[in-house]
Amino acid sequence: MLKSQIRLFYFLFIGVIGCLAACRKDVAPLDSEEFNFTSGLYLLNEGNMSMNKASLDFYDLNSGIYERNVFKRANPDVVLGLGDVGNDVQLYGNKLYVVVNASNKVEVLDATTAKRIKQIDIINCRYITFDGNNAYVSSYNNQIGLDSNSPYGKVVELDTATLSITRTVTVGRQPDGLAVANNKLYVANSGGYNPNAYEHTVSVIDLATFKEIKRIDVEINLDKLKADNNGNIWVTSRGDYLGNHSNFFLISSRTDEVMHVFNEPVSNFWIDNDNIFIYSTAWNQQTQQNTIVYQLFNRADLNQHTSYITDGSEANIAIPYGIAVDPVSKDIYLTDAKNYVSPGTLYRYNTQGKLITTFITGDIPAHMVFLGRD
Amino acid sequence: MPILCFVFLSYLPTLYAQNTMDTVAIYTFKNSVILRSPTPVQLLSAKQLERLGNLSVADATRFLSGVQLKDYGGIGGLKTVNVRSMGTNHTSVYLDGLAIGNAQNGQVDLGKFSLDNIAEISLYNGDRPVLLQPAKAYASASAMYLQSALPHFVDGQKNALKIGLKAGSFGLINPSLLWQRQLNKHVSATLSSAYTYADGRYRFRIYDSNYDTLARRENADIRAIRTEAIFNGQLKNGDWNTHAYLYESKRGLPDAVVANKYKPVEAGFGQRQNDRNVFLQSSLKKKYNNYRIAINMKYANDYTYYTDPNIVKLEGPLENNYYQQEAYLSLANEYALTSKWSVALSGDWQWNKLNADLDNFVYPTRYTTLIAAAGRYKSNRLTLQSSLLTTLVQDQTTFAKSAGNKAEITPAASVSWQPFSYPDFHLRAFYKNIFRMPTFNDLYYTAIGNTLLDPEYTHQFDVGLTFAQTFNETLSYFSVQTDAYYNLVNNKIVATPAANQFKWIMYNLDRVEIKGLDVVLKGGAEVLNAVKLDLGLNYTYEQAINMTAASNGGYNRGEQIPYIPLHSGSFIAQADYRNFLLNYSFIYTGERYSQAANLPENYLQPWYTHDLSFGKDFLIKKGHVRVMAEVNNVLNQAYEVIKSFPMPGRSYRLSIIVNY
Repeated sequence: MLKSQIRLFYFLFIGVIGCLAACRKDVAPLDSEEFNFTSGLYLLNEGNMSMNKASLDFYDLNSGIYERNVFKRANPDVVLGLGDVGNDVQLYGNKLYVVVNASNKVEVLDATTAKRIKQIDIINCRYITFDGNNAYVSSYNNQIGLDSNSPYGKVVELDTATLSITRTVTVGRQPDGLAVANNKLYVANSGGYNPNAYEHTVSVIDLATFKEIKRIDVEINLDKLKADNNGNIWVTSRGDYLGNHSNFFLISSRTDEVMHVFNEPVSNFWIDNDNIFIYSTAWNQQTQQNTIVYQLFNRADLNQHTSYITDGSEANIAIPYGIAVDPVSKDIYLTDAKNYVSPGTLYRYNTQGKLITTFITGDIPAHMVFLGRD
Repeated sequence: MPILCFVFLSYLPTLYAQNTMDTVAIYTFKNSVILRSPTPVQLLSAKQLERLGNLSVADATRFLSGVQLKDYGGIGGLKTVNVRSMGTNHTSVYLDGLAIGNAQNGQVDLGKFSLDNIAEISLYNGDRPVLLQPAKAYASASAMYLQSALPHFVDGQKNALKIGLKAGSFGLINPSLLWQRQLNKHVSATLSSAYTYADGRYRFRIYDSNYDTLARRENADIRAIRTEAIFNGQLKNGDWNTHAYLYESKRGLPDAVVANKYKPVEAGFGQRQNDRNVFLQSSLKKKYNNYRIAINMKYANDYTYYTDPNIVKLEGPLENNYYQQEAYLSLANEYALTSKWSVALSGDWQWNKLNADLDNFVYPTRYTTLIAAAGRYKSNRLTLQSSLLTTLVQDQTTFAKSAGNKAEITPAASVSWQPFSYPDFHLRAFYKNIFRMPTFNDLYYTAIGNTLLDPEYTHQFDVGLTFAQTFNETLSYFSVQTDAYYNLVNNKIVATPAANQFKWIMYNLDRVEIKGLDVVLKGGAEVLNAVKLDLGLNYTYEQAINMTAASNGGYNRGEQIPYIPLHSGSFIAQADYRNFLLNYSFIYTGERYSQAANLPENYLQPWYTHDLSFGKDFLIKKGHVRVMAEVNNVLNQAYEVIKSFPMPGRSYRLSIIVNY
C-alpha cells in the first residue's frame, strides 16, 4: 500500500511539473525585409542604457505608414541588433549613419533599404557631421597612443567613400555636438564627467590640417551644436542643473566669437532656414518638477520668440526628447520619451501648430532625419 | 524539445537508502511547528543545504516558494531576493537573529553568504510567530533568517574540525575551515574561515531566431575571504552568544551584454568593486519564572570601493568610496500571563551613518527607534497573535536639508486554527501592514536623491491551510502548505526622468497589486529498509500588476511588473542509500517581461535548469569524509535571469569535506 502511495506521489509531482513547465519555444528565422524608402522621416530611439534597446523607425510619408524597428527587420542577422543607446542619426549622400554610443559603433546603412553597409568601431561615439567627402564623429574616449587615462575626447574623420578612419584630433573633455562652417569644425565640449569642473568652450578645428586652432569660451556643459546655411553656429548649454541655468548661443564662424546670448533655457533645437524651433525642459530642484517650453526664434530678430504649438496638445508631452521640421511641408515633429523605460510617442503637427497624428515609437524616441524631402 | 523536458523529469531516481532515526524525529517536530504557524514559514535544513550543491545562500533561496532571485550571473554577481513581488527592500535578512543592514541601498547581496556554516535558512511571510524577538523583527514585510551552525560535539569530544575544499568550473577554488571547541562546561567557541576564488570566465550563448554565437564572460572574477568567530555560552535558565565577522572581497562587475560589446573594451577596463564588511554582535537570553528577556547589540562597519575605468575624469578614472556604520541595541521582554496568554514588549535603537566621496555629498545620519508590543493566545487548537509596531526615524545631514523626521504605527495580526480533532490540519490567515523607509541612496544620492520621498507601504492579506500525515511504521510523511494572498504596495519608489537620460530623480510613484498562490509540498519515505527518500515541490503563481494611475504620471497600467513570472516553481528529490547520497533539483521560472510594457520586444522566455549531485560518506579513523560531485544546469540551457546578463551553462563542482 505504501509503495503505491509513493508511486502516486511521483506521478503527481511529475504531472504537475510536466503540465506547467511550458517549455521554450523555437522561433523560425526571420527573412530580411526589402524596404524601398524614398520620402519620409527616420526616427532613432535611444533605448535606456544597458538595455540594448536602440531602434530605428521610419515614417513613410508616401504611404503614411509608421514602420517600427526597420534596422532589425532589414538586418535580422546582426547579432544583438542595432545596440545600446542610439545617440545620433544623419543622412549624407545616399547613406544613413547611426551613432550607437554604448555599443561603440557607427552603423552605415543604405538610406533606401536600411540595409547595413558597414559597421565602424568608435568607442563612446556621440554625434556625427559631414563636409565634402568626410564624416566627423565626436567621441568621449581618447586612446591615442599609450595614454588611455586621458580625460580628453576626440573627433574622428571618416572617409565616406571607403568608410574608414583617416585622421583624429584631440579636443576638450566629453565632446558632444559638432558642425562644420567656413572650413572649420566646431565641437561643443561638455566636461560632463566632472560636474564640479565642466568644460566651457567650443573647440575650433581647421579641416585642412585637422588640428585644433582655438577655443571659444562660451558657457559650461555645452551640448547640442548645429550650423545654419549662413555660416552661423548655434550651441546649447545644459547648465549645472542647480544655480546655472541652461542657455543658448549664436557664434559667427567668420569672427569665431559669440554674437548673441539668448538667456533662455534650450534643451534641443532644429534650424529651418531662418527659423529656430526649440524646446526646453528645465528641472526645478525646489518644486521637483520640469518646466517645459516650446518656442520659435527667428534670425531676423533674436529677442523675439513665439509659441509654435497652438492647440494646447503639447501639455500631453511628459519629456520632449526630439524635434524636427519637414523642409518641404514645414510640419513639426516632436517626440515624448515619457519615463525612459516605456514606448514613446511621435507627435506630428502642421505648420500652424495643430496636431495631425501620433505614433507609438520605441524607447526614448530622440533623433530624426528626413529622407527625400528637399 | 518540449517532450524532452517532460521525459527527463520522469527519470526520477529510485534508489533505496538507510534511514537515520534522529533526523526524522527532529524533522517531524520542526515540521509540526511550521505547520501550526499562523504565518507561512518555509525551512531549508542543514541536511538539505549540504546537498543542494549550492555555493551561497542566494542559490538556496531559489527553492523557496514565493521568492524571486535577481541574479546578475556567475559567482560574484549581485544576488538579491524579492519575496511575493513586493521588492527587495521589503525583505530583511537576519544572521543569528540580528538584521544585516544596508542603509545605503537597502539591499543585501545574498551571494556573499556561503552555506559553509549556515545550519538553517527560514523564510517568514508576515510576522515571525515568536514573541521574544527584537522590534526590528516586526519591521519588514518578509524576513529571512540565517542560522549559523551550532557546535555539535559527539560522545564527549571537546573538538570538532571540518576542513573542506571545493573546486570546479569558472576556475573555482574554495577551501574552508570550521573548528569548534568546548572551552569549558558552559562555553564553546567556533572559528570559521573560507576563501573563494573564481575567474568567472564562463562561456555563454547569444542567440535569437536568426543568429547563434558563443562568447566568454569577462571581468566576472571574484576573490573573497570570510572569517568568523562565535562564542556560545550556557547560563542557568539562559544562554548568550557573541559573533565576530569579517568579509573582504574584490570582484569584477561584468557589463550588460549589448551589441558589439560582449566584454570590456580592454582587459583591465571593466568596472570593479571591493568590499570590506565587519560586524560584532552579541545576544543574551534569560528566563525568570514567567518572564523572559533578550538583549541584542551590534556594531557594523562596511566599506565599498567602486571604479569604472571607462569614465575618465580630470582626476583620473572614476572611483567612489563608501563608508557605512551601524550601531544597534535591542531589549525584548516577554511575560507569560497564563499558560495560554503571553505578552511582549520590545524596544530597539539604531544609528546609521554614510560617508561617501561623491560630489556635493550630504553625509546623512539616521536615528531609528522601534517599539513593538505583541500578544499571543495559544491553546491546543487555536493560536492568535497580533502586534503593533511604532517606528520613529530621524535623519540628519550636513550641508543640505535632510528628509526630517518620520513616525509610523503599523499593525499585524495572524491566526492559526485546527478545526478538526485531526492534529495536523490547520487553517490560517494573517494581515500585516508595514513600510520601508527610503534608503540613503533614494534620499541623498547626489543629483538623483529626493529628500521629499515618503516610505513605501505594503498591506498583506493571506489565507492558507496546512496538512500533514505521517506513517510511523515506515517513517514516511507527507505535508502540504498552501496560501493565497493579496498584497498591495503603495508609494513604490522608482527612478523617473528629470531632465535627460543622465538625470533621474527618485519618486513615490507606483502602486502594485499582487495576487498570488504559494504551494509547498513535502513528502518522504523510507522504502525497503534501505533507501530514504525526501521530495519537495514548490509552486508559485503570482500576478503582480502595475496599478499606477495614469493621472499620477504612470504608464503601463494593468500590466505585469518587470521580471515577475506568472508561474514558477522548483522540485527537489534527495535520496540516501547506505553511505551514498543523490540529489536532483529542478527550477522553473516562467515567461516574464524585462520592462513594464508587456510587449513582444520585452518578452523573456521561460527558463529551467536541472541540477544533479552525487556523493558518498567514508568513515575514517577519527571521523568521516564526504565526497560530492555536482553537475549544474545539466542540459546546458542558455538563460538570463536579468536581460543582457547571461547565466552560465553546464558547470561542475567537486567537494571534499573532512570531519574529525
